[in-house]
Amino acid sequence: MVQIRLPEKSKVKKGNYYKDKTGSKNLRKVNVYRWDPSTEENPRIDTYEVDMNNCPSKVLDILNKIKNEIDPSIAYRRSCAHGVCGSCAMNMDGKNGLACTKSHSEIKGDINIYPLPHLKVLKDLIGDLSTLYKQYESVEPWLKNSKNISERENLQSKEDRAKLDGLYECIMCACCSTSCPSYWWNGEKYLGPAVLLQAYRWIIDSRDEDRKARLKKVADELKLYRCHTIMNCTNACPKGLNPAKAIASIKKMLATS
Amino acid sequence: MSSYKIIDHEYDVVVLGAGGSGLRAAVGLSEAGLKTACISKVFPTRSHTSAAQGGISAALGNMGEDDWRWHMYDTVKGADWLGDQDCIEYLCKEAPRAVLELEKYGVPFSRTEDGKIYQRPFGGMTKNYGNETVQRTCAAADRTGHAILHTLYGQALKHNTEFFIEYFALDLLMKNGECKGLIAWNLNDGTIHRFRSHITIIATGGYGKVYYSATSAHTCTGDGNAMVLRAGLPLQDMEFVQFHPTGIYGHGTLISEGVRGEGGYLVNSKGDRFMEKYAPKAKDLASRDVVSRSIAVEINEGRGIGKDKDHVHLHLNHLDKKVIEDRLPGISEASKLFANVDVTKEPIPVVPTVHYNMGGIPTNYKAEVITMNGSTKTVPGLMAIGEAACVSVHGANRLGSNSLIDLVVFGRAAAKRASELIKPGMKHEEISQSETDKCLDRFDKLRNSKGSSPTADLRLAMQKTMQSKCAVFRTEKTLKEGVEEIRKSFYGMDDISVKDNSLIFNTDLVETLEFDNLIRQAITTMDSAYNRKESRGAHAREDFPKRDDKSFMKHTLSWCDGSKTKINYRPVNISTLTNEVQYFPPQERVY
Repeated sequence: MVQIRLPEKSKVKKGNYYKDKTGSKNLRKVNVYRWDPSTEENPRIDTYEVDMNNCPSKVLDILNKIKNEIDPSIAYRRSCAHGVCGSCAMNMDGKNGLACTKSHSEIKGDINIYPLPHLKVLKDLIGDLSTLYKQYESVEPWLKNSKNISERENLQSKEDRAKLDGLYECIMCACCSTSCPSYWWNGEKYLGPAVLLQAYRWIIDSRDEDRKARLKKVADELKLYRCHTIMNCTNACPKGLNPAKAIASIKKMLATS
Repeated sequence: MSSYKIIDHEYDVVVLGAGGSGLRAAVGLSEAGLKTACISKVFPTRSHTSAAQGGISAALGNMGEDDWRWHMYDTVKGADWLGDQDCIEYLCKEAPRAVLELEKYGVPFSRTEDGKIYQRPFGGMTKNYGNETVQRTCAAADRTGHAILHTLYGQALKHNTEFFIEYFALDLLMKNGECKGLIAWNLNDGTIHRFRSHITIIATGGYGKVYYSATSAHTCTGDGNAMVLRAGLPLQDMEFVQFHPTGIYGHGTLISEGVRGEGGYLVNSKGDRFMEKYAPKAKDLASRDVVSRSIAVEINEGRGIGKDKDHVHLHLNHLDKKVIEDRLPGISEASKLFANVDVTKEPIPVVPTVHYNMGGIPTNYKAEVITMNGSTKTVPGLMAIGEAACVSVHGANRLGSNSLIDLVVFGRAAAKRASELIKPGMKHEEISQSETDKCLDRFDKLRNSKGSSPTADLRLAMQKTMQSKCAVFRTEKTLKEGVEEIRKSFYGMDDISVKDNSLIFNTDLVETLEFDNLIRQAITTMDSAYNRKESRGAHAREDFPKRDDKSFMKHTLSWCDGSKTKINYRPVNISTLTNEVQYFPPQERVY
């Protein structure tokens, strides 16, 4: 039987413990994955005791509190703080989500915060999304329409426009793709749910003239059919979208065309 | 001087920022065959354009008669006559074309029954020079900014724009008053990059984070504005800070004006629709400064809601559920998440919240940066667009949905002007090493700061000062106190502490550099506000309640060197660009 072991340098060690200094009685323990590329050290889990009496409701508020009041060296991405920019995607309590929309009251016990799974870590909670971005580029996310010379807009019926609902809202946070075991295994070749949802967004746009070529482009054993309808993607989406359904729709279009 | 490894690049044009305006410029530049680099501290779709909700204005006339001249009048009036009318003419005339272009790029606009772009009513947007409400704001549900940003990123990919993502820009490279490029720090690997370019376009957005409560993203730190100040150039009209009437109480999340456009309204603790009193005609759709002041008055006079009587309610529970579902899905989600409110059943608690900076880097309508040195002149090699710029089309107060159109119209104008000014592949001049050294000295000094004041503490002090001394209503007393107090945060930098001195994704240092940028803008904002002794648009002085055209129909210019500012003024452009429209002379501003 094969034995699978983590390389020595990947083993996550116990890190620093930051004891509360405020004297608060309402404390929570927050365990955060840390890794600094500029040292030779292994990744570690630092634990922070956080005063919850003066902390707003979201996990991002906890991280901001740690960074502002306890340990400024902690690194994570954040921007809009209300679920539209997709920067603060991470793994909280074992689930992918946006730190700015995830309420910490939903988490029981200690709060465990990790980077999105199966990405190369750049530092602490910051993962490397460059492969996903390249894959996004590969689906050519722009409208292809040769009639685009007239003075007026392309007309689109309300019904045709409604087909883009549930697709165009994607914020590319990568919560779905990084929750997908198939993407973990074949992330270099399988496009993954985030990018396939985007591919479908252009395939189904009534204004686009390139549907056939777009379908042909993704109709590939690895790019598309590595989806085994595990459905983690749909569970993970913090915007309530359904990438699994978009992928199923692509498969159906291919099967019936 | 410590030794940093420097990687050199040469581009025809460098665009700093990859939000709506930066991307639109980059697309145009790439189309024109200019070798273009687009540098951003965040991945393009994370830019704050993504947070724009309600829509983008353009007199398309899809929902009834409209005319770009009416749009121009509304914008001039919204700006309280501080806008430059040649620039406003350009904006409004070019707007329809710019929106149609976005549609052709693929923006998923909502649609009318006959398949055209859906347009909704918005504050201050009227028919026939102020007569009745017009539907001019083109919408993709209530996620218009998101839809535009993602589409523009797609276009930039189509045109093979070269991106430098998660690079933090440090300073401009100047030579004899001309801009020759910039220096940036690559967060991914810690290297320093020197970009030489014939034209540098600043598209870094606003600086809302100088305030404690703002709808702005954490990244809205006006980095480009501060680079301009450090280059010895002025910022314009910094005292004009827009408070959006409806930020979610306690959290600051934006609730679109589109809610009121679709029929939502505000009430006080007595259940009165108080806007009827302040703006009998436009009511809840008066311009933002008017609505924000009205809310502030209601609260100050004891008619606020809640335990502390410190907010009001925004109702949309009377609207058809289908309208909410189709046109306001995003704000329904935000209200649930941040106010725990089901908008179909309960009102949203809201309060005026810092939202937009009318002020910024002064430019002409071609996006060329201008300065005043004796007379007004352009700064060769430097352009600015979007919220970072002060063209000035928004004057003393921006109308809702005029910001998105500003991004694309002037993004496009910048690309057009750049392609007139330079040809692909022109030779770059030598620049002296001293500019690079000066920039890296500042960087290195901050990186190795071993003081005792954490950046977060200094930032908080600055934000609290701005929030209390430079708010919706201002007085000589609060501003005078503010002018002194804000400098304490600046002097605090002498004792600043940076714990992390690594170079890869050192977000401690990023936040410190951002604070260094913010504090300079806070100082210029406070000083500009102190010196403007009148009320105009978003700048409301309780001690000078009237607009004073005789003394103050002029743009403030403020230079900032450390804690010292120099204030000067330049006249508002009172001529139009063409004779297709006449100059709109100042009137009393009533809604």
